[in-house]
Amino acid sequence: MKINNLADLNALKEEANKRLEVKWKTKIVVGMATCGMAAGATPVMNALKEEIAAGKLENIEVSQVGCIGLCEYEPIIEVFEEGKENNRVTYVKMDAEKAKEVIKTHIAGGKIAEAYTIGAGGEDNISSIENTQFYKHQQRISLRNCGVIDPENIEDYIAGDGYFALAKVLNGMSREDVIKLLKDSGLRGRGGGGFPTGLKWEFAFKQDSDKKYVCCNADEGDPGAFMDRSILEGDPHSVVEAMAIAGYAVGSDEGYIYIRAEYPVAVKRLGIAIDQAKKMGLLGKDIMGSGFNFDLEIRLGAGAFVCGEETALITSIEGNRGEPRPRPPFPAVKGLFGKPTILNNVETYANIGQIILNGADWFSGLGTEKSKGTKVFALGGKITNTGLVEIPMGMTLRKVVGEIGGGIPNGKKFKAAQTGGPSGGCIPASLFDTPIDYDNLTAIGSMMGSGGLIVMDEDTCMVDIAKYFLDFTVDESCGKCGPCRIGTKRMYELLEKITSGNGEEEDLDKLEELGAHIKSASLCGLGQTAPNPVLSTMKYFRDEYISHVKDKKCAAGVCKSLLSYIILEDKCIGCTACKKVCPTEAISGERKEAHAIDQSKCIKCDACVQKCKFGAIIKR
Amino acid sequence: MKKKMTTVTFKGTPEQEAQLIQVIGEYKNTKGALMPVLQKAQAIYGYLPLEVQKIVAEGMDVSLAEIYGVITFYSQFLLNPKGDVAIDVCMGTACYVRGAGDILDKISGSLGVKSGETSDDGRYSLEGVRCIGACGLAPVITINGSVYGRLKLGEVDKILDKYKEKNI
Ligand SMILES: Cc1cc2nc3c(=O)[nH]c(=O)nc-3n(C[C@H](O)[C@H](O)[C@H](O)COP(=O)(O)O)c2cc1C
Ligand code: FES
Repeated sequence: MKINNLADLNALKEEANKRLEVKWKTKIVVGMATCGMAAGATPVMNALKEEIAAGKLENIEVSQVGCIGLCEYEPIIEVFEEGKENNRVTYVKMDAEKAKEVIKTHIAGGKIAEAYTIGAGGEDNISSIENTQFYKHQQRISLRNCGVIDPENIEDYIAGDGYFALAKVLNGMSREDVIKLLKDSGLRGRGGGGFPTGLKWEFAFKQDSDKKYVCCNADEGDPGAFMDRSILEGDPHSVVEAMAIAGYAVGSDEGYIYIRAEYPVAVKRLGIAIDQAKKMGLLGKDIMGSGFNFDLEIRLGAGAFVCGEETALITSIEGNRGEPRPRPPFPAVKGLFGKPTILNNVETYANIGQIILNGADWFSGLGTEKSKGTKVFALGGKITNTGLVEIPMGMTLRKVVGEIGGGIPNGKKFKAAQTGGPSGGCIPASLFDTPIDYDNLTAIGSMMGSGGLIVMDEDTCMVDIAKYFLDFTVDESCGKCGPCRIGTKRMYELLEKITSGNGEEEDLDKLEELGAHIKSASLCGLGQTAPNPVLSTMKYFRDEYISHVKDKKCAAGVCKSLLSYIILEDKCIGCTACKKVCPTEAISGERKEAHAIDQSKCIKCDACVQKCKFGAIIKR
Repeated sequence: MKKKMTTVTFKGTPEQEAQLIQVIGEYKNTKGALMPVLQKAQAIYGYLPLEVQKIVAEGMDVSLAEIYGVITFYSQFLLNPKGDVAIDVCMGTACYVRGAGDILDKISGSLGVKSGETSDDGRYSLEGVRCIGACGLAPVITINGSVYGRLKLGEVDKILDKYKEKNI
């Protein structure tokens, strides 16, 4: 069906809602984003369908949804029942057998299958994700549809007011109105830099040009961040709609979405969304009878981190090596194919429809003075609840990690939280009460970045982590400018020297000096921020650097060259297993007597540790 | 990343070449078409040896040097074919802090294939790759596209065993 005007859109919404209501008598959703599928959601989905068919159960709709957010508990299914007290039940860590039991017990039998609910075994016996600490403190705006609607069905999106923001803009808002609204809302770019979105649009709007472009940055290069993937997999239409709104506001009729090739599911769902929107006339010529034309195309990245930087991304879409260009001129003046171009991040776009519908005041009422709204974070690393969370700006790290994230697993001690990926820094426990917003994070030597939040515990070595990020930037530096290409390599070599036990105290000063130069002299954001992981760890964890350099010790037990393998006498039963597996005959000892390792022969291959069944060999 | 020219002999078929030439034709009038064309070419051949680069260069009227420059810039363009069993170990931050490095070493040891290389018989290839976006399940590996998450060192050999049979 083609949508020619607002009345058509309203009619479709009503129809879709009627259909969904019937569905809602009992609706079972299965989280089928990349993480869900990797954990085994597909066999779960099949089992549900089989069991429903086998039991001849009626009026039950099973559908796929995007990421529900709690990756740790995937595969997740949720049962929604109309008119019941416990009308939303979340089942976690499903497999085919458990899924069949849920159908038997809950759907056919009418009793919650308590053993598999999200709170199973816990004191308060929670059955719905909504009541968990993980969910309660969240405020979902850009993720509002993720885990709720079927991302491959445009009608599901329209039923929840989808494309109504576009309709509103095209029916009675001038371009200036749209830009003013965005400026008033205080929305800042979610791709890391935090540039005010309305201002960016205004620059492009003011350019006089026969052609302008609207681009979306879905390159998501920060390792450990996956919010953009989740939005594209769970709610692709929100981005499509917002890009059309951007096109209208700045006066562009053509857009590109640049997306990482590592995200096949997101690419597929985005493609489906664009096709559906085109068929319904929500993209293409004369959208909803307004005379406004807008078309979208997908371009795939090919694995280069620097292509997340805006000018490099543009060069890459043009078909070249993705090397950045000096700014100015900024893309809003001279961008893709030499024309005025706006580029925004996926999450930025995902907020825009809601801002148009709910108004600038609603949005600017959320968050802190200078950072409005919410931010999505990907919780990862040594944290109990890994997953995606959307929180109002200004929440403290303590609350995010401790309450929402459920703290550190295995009774270990928290050491640091890393934000901003290779451009960011490590935040120590002493700064745990800092309210999270753009300016606070920058002030403490990290940055917001795209929202990866990796938690590290006592087993993580901060020098090793700094080296890890430098290794990443050395690999990803495009090579165009000297400070970044050569400087990061030299910094990496110094860290290599320190972690291999050859560090000297003056190396620490050299690292700091080099870092400062690279920051000030590099061409693009990659080099300008590359030293951050080193500088921030040196600032907050200097004692670890010093013990690597002076005492030649790695307290976390990570830097192999600084470790000794030691056999604990009281645990060793003398089974000789380690002695047999040692390739250098460094282990001696008689059967049934405690063994010992000759440190001069040990090559630290770890073979003995893996062989020992009694935990008698430790690294220190 | 350094890329080495391949030593594997080119086994492209006329059908593959016809397919590629058709792709090039489709993109003739698209702006900035080189990347999508190379991506499709890699989908056809599995990698981008010199022979393929030459076809693209001629078809699109771009110099071979420019094409080589683009291919070596992006890590996903391959100058060497992957193994029949292509193993990618995610080395993103979330996976790294949960022990991805040890997993990579373990697989490398079990198969006798170094990271970034392909076994001599062309059976296995092993690579440390960038975040694949399943960080919540860290550490993660993919084998021929199937994702294995929440991996423990002790499970690695069992998973590899599944791929021992020659028909995979
Ligand atoms: C090295 C580097 C990598 C970047 N990677 C990304 C990325 O993966 N995704 C993203 O949205 N922005 C990334 N950015 C920021 C972009 O340059 C740009 O500021 C952003 O996409 C603009 O959109 P926004 O204003 O909506 O945030 C990166 C910047 C630099 C310097
Ligand atoms: S860090 Fe491994 S999947 Fe993201």
